[in-house]
Amino acid sequence: MSRVHAKFRAMVSGNPAEAAATDGDHGHHGGHHDGPHIVPVWLLAVVLIILLALTVFTVAVTLVDLGTFNIIVALGIAVIKSAFVVLYFMHLRWDSPFNSVVLMAALVFIGVFLAFALVDSSEYRPAVDAAVSTTK
Amino acid sequence: MSVISTPNQFESPAKSHEPHEQHYLNHSKGFLSWALTLDHKRIGLMYMVLVLIALFLGGTFAMLLRTELIAPGPTLMADKAAAWNLYNHMFSLHGAVMVFLFIIPAVPAILGNFVLPMMLGAKDVAFPRLNLLSLYVYAFGAMFFLYVLLSGVIHAWTGTSLPGGFGLDTGWTFYTPYSSTKSMSGVIPATFGAFVLGFSSILTGVNFVSSIHTLRPKGMGWFDMPLFLWGLYATSIIQILATPVLAITLMLLITERAIGIGIFDPALGGDPVLYQHFFWFYSHPAVYIMILPAMGVISEIISTFSRRHIFGYTFIAYSSIAIALLGFLVWGHHMFTSGQSALANVLFSLITFSVAIPSAVKVFNWVTTMYKGSIRLQTPMLYAIGFIWMFSIGGLTGIFLAALSVDIHMHDTYFVVAHFHYVMVGSMLFAFIGGMNYWFPKMFGKMYNEKVAVFAAILLFIGFNLTFFIQFVAGSQGMPRRYATYPVQFVSHHFWSTIGAYVMGASLVIVLFNWVAALINGKKAPANPWGSNTLEWQSASPPPHDNFATAPVVTDPYYLDRWKFVSDEEGWVLTDEAKAALAAGAARTGRAH
Amino acid sequence: MSSITTNAGDSHGGGDGHDDGHDDGHHEHPPFLAHHFDTPEQQYTTGKLGMWVFLGTELLMFGGLFCAYAVYRNNHPEVFEYAHTYLNKWWGAVNTVVLLVSSFTMAWAVRAAQLGKKNQLSVLLALTLLGGAGFMIIKTIEYRDKWEHALFPGKFNVYNKNYTGTHTPGEGHGGIEHGANVQSPATDNAHGGGAPAGESAHDTGVGGKAVVKSANLMTGPEASPRSEGANTAPQGPAPGEHAEVIAQGKPTPGPANPVIYFDPNSLGAASDAAKIVPKAAGPAGLATDAVHAGEHGAHLAYADLANRDKVRINTFFSIYFLMTGLHGLHVVIGMGLIAWVLVKGTQGIFGPAYYTPVDLVGLYWHLVDLIWIFLFPLLYLIH
Repeated sequence: MSRVHAKFRAMVSGNPAEAAATDGDHGHHGGHHDGPHIVPVWLLAVVLIILLALTVFTVAVTLVDLGTFNIIVALGIAVIKSAFVVLYFMHLRWDSPFNSVVLMAALVFIGVFLAFALVDSSEYRPAVDAAVSTTK
Repeated sequence: MSVISTPNQFESPAKSHEPHEQHYLNHSKGFLSWALTLDHKRIGLMYMVLVLIALFLGGTFAMLLRTELIAPGPTLMADKAAAWNLYNHMFSLHGAVMVFLFIIPAVPAILGNFVLPMMLGAKDVAFPRLNLLSLYVYAFGAMFFLYVLLSGVIHAWTGTSLPGGFGLDTGWTFYTPYSSTKSMSGVIPATFGAFVLGFSSILTGVNFVSSIHTLRPKGMGWFDMPLFLWGLYATSIIQILATPVLAITLMLLITERAIGIGIFDPALGGDPVLYQHFFWFYSHPAVYIMILPAMGVISEIISTFSRRHIFGYTFIAYSSIAIALLGFLVWGHHMFTSGQSALANVLFSLITFSVAIPSAVKVFNWVTTMYKGSIRLQTPMLYAIGFIWMFSIGGLTGIFLAALSVDIHMHDTYFVVAHFHYVMVGSMLFAFIGGMNYWFPKMFGKMYNEKVAVFAAILLFIGFNLTFFIQFVAGSQGMPRRYATYPVQFVSHHFWSTIGAYVMGASLVIVLFNWVAALINGKKAPANPWGSNTLEWQSASPPPHDNFATAPVVTDPYYLDRWKFVSDEEGWVLTDEAKAALAAGAARTGRAH
Repeated sequence: MSSITTNAGDSHGGGDGHDDGHDDGHHEHPPFLAHHFDTPEQQYTTGKLGMWVFLGTELLMFGGLFCAYAVYRNNHPEVFEYAHTYLNKWWGAVNTVVLLVSSFTMAWAVRAAQLGKKNQLSVLLALTLLGGAGFMIIKTIEYRDKWEHALFPGKFNVYNKNYTGTHTPGEGHGGIEHGANVQSPATDNAHGGGAPAGESAHDTGVGGKAVVKSANLMTGPEASPRSEGANTAPQGPAPGEHAEVIAQGKPTPGPANPVIYFDPNSLGAASDAAKIVPKAAGPAGLATDAVHAGEHGAHLAYADLANRDKVRINTFFSIYFLMTGLHGLHVVIGMGLIAWVLVKGTQGIFGPAYYTPVDLVGLYWHLVDLIWIFLFPLLYLIH
């Protein structure tokens, strides 16, 4: 419990040194100096190529009709692309974990809002349709 | 002559012999030194001026609308249609000004700005320039409401319509399609003002979250912070996550009204219930923005004035976060009768019950803190005890309304009006005034007149309950809200409610005058007049520009035994044991260098 | 201790005139370090946290718009399927590529700032700026195209019930591939629902489609005589009916000929899905999910839409403009921030000890990219 507690405190303290101390597998910093992590250019280039490839893929996949899966595939590819941007371009992979918590929290609450609004409007839509179709 | 306040070690020797001391108020002079200040304390004071103006403006509308309701039939104006129309504007403006200009900013922007960095032993918030920007954004947003007001007044007196419409008659909720199509009032300027104000709230939230995360001193872990900071932290989470959705909602409403995009208007294929989803997704968490800082204030006051360590610190801390998070899942309980689906109704009703649990946890902890405490019934404590009483009523009546079957009958009645006034006024306003009284000596270095303050507190309590308790009865008997007149069976309810409102108004005026009088010739305040152990009391009253002349020492914020009372003039000072412990270095130290 | 203050630098710190010479000498406060922070690391992590929190608020803001999009598309998929053909997915794809590359140059620029490589930083920031400009130029081209078709939001949209302009609605044309010809739906039915070249199979069965569609839409006792006709110009309101004039081959609508797209009397079947008729050569029967009725390539024609949905076409464009407009505004703001950092960078103040502004501006720019990554498939690639 106390180790979890310590990790929690380290995570939210925003102090990377504290986080590194409690997080065993987070020790390496790009191999050179003790300072903040610096992304190598080749990694950025690889990520860019992956992103471009996924963009091509996302356009290409519109040539195939997958029914309900169309939107799932499209969004899924978008999520993968964003993950790459967030993790590598925005440096979140090497950043204080709490920043990820902030991002996740925002996404969770967008999800909550979308879910309730969609469910509710889907639920009352038949009633609206029925009412409109009988309108004189 | 102040003995307690630690001398500023950087003053030249000649200065320290003079009675005039250097603190943040006289640190620099001139208009620009205030207008461009980065000092969180000065920013807090400037907020205070603006927010109190908003309080009295909103209060004036309340007095007017209650006057209209003192008897059935038109009261304020002879002509019925004119009187009803005026009434619509009065309750809309009362709600909008109070919600957007007073309640949401009050405790975070005034007390939070002033106290938060000091409670952290820090010199300022994380982003001082952002803080100043928040203030200016608030003032800018307030301008739009001022415009709406003026256009309403001008229209009433001369009949000319300024661009954008006049007044506001849609209710503070701006429900479509009335607000987007039919209303001729200043919906666009008012909603744009609220849109701008939202950004002030967001930026304050960003600032506070960052400050609490990174400016805590060594020795102050998350669970060593004062509970006021937990309250502000939870509030900031809500401000950050909910307010942007309000921004979008209002933006959609403005474009709908301006160019008819058809997103909320059924005639154009839109969905008015969607507007309500959008609106309440922010506005329900907003009420937790209103109450969480207030609850934080109460935690501080109850502990200090019971001379007891707060009971159940961890529970109170976690319950703040729980309220913040759960508060995002319950917005549909404002829409039970709006055409929401049955499934959503049931879900929201169920989850709303759960939100009461963390609030109740807090109430139990506060009451338990008081048990066997050495209770001092000074003004802040009176407000805090009043808070507990009225928050219990407000909270419990919220449960009544959470029950779907009950809400079907109570929705849009005075029962709801009474419920939210008990939590917004009876709880939040009381906590705000209690907090102002609590930190007044720290902010201004003066003591207010205790007897007058006690009198005003009791009068306010009486006036408030007279105004609103009877509204529960009226509402449960069917009196609808936002109605300018009523049938004969409600005559006495409204009459006494209006009398109560006048009593409330008078007491608030007394509160304000008491503060002004204290500023003019109040007694000099000691550094720690109440004997609290949070860090701000280790500084002089008023504090120096950099908050602390010597680094504050971090201990358990509710470790009250370190202090002993000396006299009213000297306030509370450290006990000998506490001083010895400090000298021995046994206490955790503050900043590292 | 905390009371010991030093000068706050003006580049990032909080210089508020508090300059009373308290630099006690045995503690160096770099000029970029604000007076209320103890160490540069604290300032940096606080700045990063603050930026991520702010990005969270931006996400929530756009999330609201995505919610509006989701609810409308869920409830009226055919509207989206029809109207989105006005958007050109190739421009959208180019924009996506442009933003991705600019994100790459931005991330590289942060690296350059961390390493103190002043010239490299300037070049990369300039490239990022160029990317942003390119995005805005393409956006302008797209918006102009909409303008030419009177497809702006709200009452400036030719499909809006309250439209008072003189444009006539046409079919979806896929953006840059079409010429300036705007055709009324009647003639456009021959041209097909805006399908790019190669999908003219849509043309077949048009006549039959119209008949079938009319029969579906206008069954019921109030069926107007026009419903029996096969794709001919409407005769005008039938006696005793609401005035319903659908702009099919009619003279220019204007105040004298109000364009009304919604006649409650015309609604027959309760479900929208029943109103979508698949291509004659398409799969038998109708998909229950109206979005995917018919096979790929069979873009909807304007005439295929339920009357109720015709009213909602402008909602798609409103959502489109609000989302891309707000996004475009953020691109412009981002460009401003990059320009500011570019100027500051030329002064050589960024290096391993201090590169926070570049980092934070970079985060903002990546957010702009992120939002576009979602906007692109949701608005341009509907099928």
